[in-house]
Amino acid sequence: MPGIEAYREIIGNDELDELYLLAERLKGKAVQNINSTAVGGGVAEILSRMIPLLRDLGVDAYWDVIKGDEKFFTVTKDMHNALHGLNIDISKLDLDYFLEVNRRNSEELDLFGDIMFIHDPQPIGLVERREHKSNKWIWRCHIDLSAPQEATMNFLRGFINRYDAAVFSAPSFARSDLATKQILIPPSIDPLSDKNKDLPEETIDSVVERFGLDRDRPIVSQISRFDYLKDPLGVIDVYKRVKDHIDCQLALAGGGATDDPEGPRILDQIRSAAKSDPDIHIIYLPPSSDVEINALQRASTVILQKSLREGFGLTVTEALWKAKPVIATAAGGIPLQIRHKRTGILTYSIAGTAHYLRELLSEPEYAQKLGVNGREHVKNNFLITRHIKDYLSLFISLYYKEDIVHL
Amino acid sequence: MSEGFHFNTQYHLVELLGSKARNPAELLEGIKTVPASCIYYHTHRFLQQHHYLSPEPPNDFAFWLTDFLHLRSLGEEFLSVDTVLYCNLEDLRKTFQDILEDYLSKDGKNVDCLPGYEFHFLACKTFVLPMPYTANNLREFAEILRKISIRSLYFHIFEARMRLGVPDNDFSQWLRSIGEDKLADEISRLDPYNMTLENLRRKIIRMVEDRARD
Repeated sequence: MPGIEAYREIIGNDELDELYLLAERLKGKAVQNINSTAVGGGVAEILSRMIPLLRDLGVDAYWDVIKGDEKFFTVTKDMHNALHGLNIDISKLDLDYFLEVNRRNSEELDLFGDIMFIHDPQPIGLVERREHKSNKWIWRCHIDLSAPQEATMNFLRGFINRYDAAVFSAPSFARSDLATKQILIPPSIDPLSDKNKDLPEETIDSVVERFGLDRDRPIVSQISRFDYLKDPLGVIDVYKRVKDHIDCQLALAGGGATDDPEGPRILDQIRSAAKSDPDIHIIYLPPSSDVEINALQRASTVILQKSLREGFGLTVTEALWKAKPVIATAAGGIPLQIRHKRTGILTYSIAGTAHYLRELLSEPEYAQKLGVNGREHVKNNFLITRHIKDYLSLFISLYYKEDIVHL
Repeated sequence: MSEGFHFNTQYHLVELLGSKARNPAELLEGIKTVPASCIYYHTHRFLQQHHYLSPEPPNDFAFWLTDFLHLRSLGEEFLSVDTVLYCNLEDLRKTFQDILEDYLSKDGKNVDCLPGYEFHFLACKTFVLPMPYTANNLREFAEILRKISIRSLYFHIFEARMRLGVPDNDFSQWLRSIGEDKLADEISRLDPYNMTLENLRRKIIRMVEDRARD
C-alpha cells in the first residue's frame, strides 16, 4: 500500500508538509482506535488505510478490535438499523448482553491510549472504564443519526455523553440532545486505492469491452447498489427520455442485490424495464470489483446518482475525483459535494435529470468544465489527507478549550 | 531594525452546534444566540472550500435563503453585506440580525424549508501553526508567497483581521513596518472577499514583485 509520501504528488508539497507539522504536535500521545471488525465494512477499510498513514506522519497510532459472538452482533445490527430509523424493538435482555460483552472487552483489552478513539456503537460501552484513567475519549459515529429510533438513542445517549467529543459525518446528523461536544468530519476517498487510482487506457478499454459497451458513443452510468433508494428505474426513465434525442448507452452497475430480500425483485424490475433496449447494460458486480468500478466511471461521459435518499454519497465523490460531470439528486451529503452548475448538477426529479443530461451530452465543453471543478473540489475537501488533517486537529483540540489556539 | 515576516498557517475543526433553522424567524433566533465562531464560520467557509471557483456568496446564510427558501430579495440583502468592512464579528452579527428583523417586521414571509433542508448552525475552532518560513525582504516575501498553502494566505489576510482583532491584514502591517507604506495600502485596498484565493495570491505576488523591481 502506498505510504504518505505517495500523496505529495497529488496534494502538493505545501499540504503534505503542513500535515507533518500538525502531526508533530501530537508527539508523546498514543492514539488507540477501537472498532468491532478487522476486515470488511467501511470502518475497517478506512482504518486499514488511516493507521499506516498516521504512523508515517509520526503519530503513535494503534488499532484494536473488540471480540463478540453472533448474538452480540445480531444485537448491534438491530441497533444499527434502529439508529437508521427502523422501528425495531431491542429487548432489555439483549441490551444487557450488549453491555456484558462491552464490559468483558474492557477487561480483556489494554486501554492504554492517551486518546481513545472508539468507532460506532458496538464498542461504545468501553467508555465505562474511563473513570480509572485520565485519558481523552472520542466516539466516532459513521451512521446517519438524523432520525434514529428514540429508545435506542436514549440507551446510547448516556454513553455518548461520557465522551469528550462525538464525531459525525454530516451537519444533519448533529443532535440537540447531546451534552458532549459534536464535531463534523465528512468521510473521504483514497485517491490511490484501486477504486480511484489512475488506470491505463488499455485497462479501461478491456473492462468496457467485457461489459459490451461502446466507447465511440456516449456512456451514461449509475454505479450504485441495486436498491429502491438509488432509484435505478428512475435512471432508466431518464435515459429513455434522452435516448430519443441523443444516441447514448446506459450502464447500471452495482452489487448488493443478493444480500437484500428486496434485491431480486428490483433486479427483475430493472431487467424487465431494460430488456427491449440493447443499449441498456445491467452489470452485476461482485465484491472486490474496485478496478471494474474505477474503469466504468472513467469510461463514462456523464455519471448519474439519482438517489431518493443518500448517506454521504461517496460514489459521487469517486465520480467527481475522476473529473466526470455528475448529475445527482440533492440528497444527504451530495449538496456538500456538488454546487449546482459549478461542480456538477443537482436535480430533484426525473424530468430535471433528463433535461440536464441532454444539456451535458450536447455541451461537452461545459460538461468538462464541471468535471474539472468537481475534481478540484474533491481534492480540496474530500481526500483521505483532509480526513487525516481533521483527525489530527480533533486530537489536538482535546487539550485546548479556546476557540483560537496558537500551537 | 524591522523584523522579518514570519508565516503561519491555520486549521479549522468544525463543530456542530446541534441547532437548526427552518425559516427566517428561526434563523434570526440562531444568529442572535450562536457563538461568534459560528458567525465567522458561516461567513468565511466558502472562501476556503471553493477557492478555485469564481467568487461565490461568501456567506452561508445568503445561500440558504436564496437556494432553499427561495427568498431571493432577502438572500441578496445577505449577499451584499460587505464583510471586508467589518473588523469584528459582533458588528457583522448585528447587521444580519437587523436585516432579518427588518424583513420580519415588514410582513416578510416566514416560510419553512422542505424537511431535510434546514440550516444547521456550525462553528469552528482555529489552530494557528507557525511555518518554517521567514521573509526578510520583498523578494523573499514573494518567493515564499508562491509556496505557502492557501490556508496560510487565508490566515494572514482574513483570520488575523476578523478574529484576532488586528486592524489590517498581516501583510500590510509588516510592509508598513519596513517602510513600504504604498504597497501596504495597495494590498489593504484589495477586496479579498470578491476574488478567489488563488487569484488573490497572484495579485499580491505581482504587486510585491513590481515593487521589488523598482
